[in-house]
Amino acid sequence: MSYRLRMVVFGAGVLGFASLLIWGLGGLPDFGDFAGRYGQYLAHSALPERHATSSIAVTTFDFRGVDTLIEEFILFTAAVGVVALLRVHRETEEVPAEPETTRWPTAQSGALRSLITALVAPVLVLGIDIVLHGHLTPGGGFQGGVILMSALFLVYLAGMHIGLGPLRPMAAMETAEGIGAAGFALIGLGGLIIAGAYLENFLPFGAPNHLVSGGAIPLLNIAVGLEVMGALLIVIGEFLDQRLLMQKGKL
Amino acid sequence: MTAVQIATLAAVAFGGTAVVLARDPARQALVTSVYGLTLAILFLAFQAPDVALSQIVVGAVALPAMIIYALRKIIRREEVDREDR
Repeated sequence: MSYRLRMVVFGAGVLGFASLLIWGLGGLPDFGDFAGRYGQYLAHSALPERHATSSIAVTTFDFRGVDTLIEEFILFTAAVGVVALLRVHRETEEVPAEPETTRWPTAQSGALRSLITALVAPVLVLGIDIVLHGHLTPGGGFQGGVILMSALFLVYLAGMHIGLGPLRPMAAMETAEGIGAAGFALIGLGGLIIAGAYLENFLPFGAPNHLVSGGAIPLLNIAVGLEVMGALLIVIGEFLDQRLLMQKGKL
Repeated sequence: MTAVQIATLAAVAFGGTAVVLARDPARQALVTSVYGLTLAILFLAFQAPDVALSQIVVGAVALPAMIIYALRKIIRREEVDREDR
C-alpha cells in the first residue's frame, strides 16, 4: 500500500471517528446535571441507611458489594498469574540481569536517599489514614492500598531490594494478599449467615461521622487495602527479581 | 464549566500529545508519569476525588515503573544475546 493511500485510509478513519465522538459527546448531560434516579437514590440514602458519609464507599461496599468482591479477585488472580508465570523460569539456569560492573544501588545520591527514606513513614501513615477513613471521606481500601504499596516501594528506591532483603517481605506480602482476599469473602459469608444475604451489613451501624460507623464497610476497606498492597508489591517484587536474575537465552 | 476544569482539560490534551510525541520509550515512561498527574488533577477538578487518589499512585508511579522495568529487561536481553555471539 502506498504512503498516499495509507494516509487517505487513515484520514477517513480519523474523520469518521472524530465526527462520531463529537456527536456522542454532544448528547451527554451537562456536568453536575445527571438526572438518573439510581444515582440520586444512592447519594441520599447512604447517610440515613448506613450511617457512613462517603456515599461512594457505601455504594461499592454495601449496595453493590458482590461486584466489588469480584473486582478485588481480578487483581488477586492477576498477581497469582504473574507469580505462576515468573517463578517457573527461576528454577533453571540464570544470569545476572545486569553485569556486575554496572550494578549500583538505585539511588546513589546521598541527599536523594535521605529524602526518600524520610518520605517512607509519612506515606505509610497517609495510606493507613486513607484506608481507615474510607467510609467517611474520599478514599478507601483500593486508594489506601496503592499508597501503602508506594510507601514500601520507596524502600526499594532508597537502595534496598524488596524481594531479596534480609526480612524477605515477599512472604509477608503473600500473606497480606491472602488475608485481604479471604477476609472480604468471609465478611460476606458473615452477612449470609447472620443477616440472610451475602455481603449484607450485619454489624451495628454506629454514630455517623465516627471512625467506627457504617457497619462492615470499614472492615471491608481494611481487607481490600491489605489485598491491594500485597498484590501490587508481589507483582513489582517479581519484576524486580527478574531484573536481578534472568534466565539465559529464553527470557 | 469552570476555568479550572477548562485548564485541566487543556493540560490533559497537551500531556497526551506529549506522550505520543516523545519517541524514546524511556522518555515516554517519564512523560506518562507527568501526564498521569495531570489526569489526577482533572479527576479532582471534576469532583471525583476517589478516582484521583488512585490515579496519583497508579498513573504517576506504578505504570511508569512497570514500563521502565520491562525496558530494562529488553535492553539487557539484547546485551546477553550479543555477548553469546
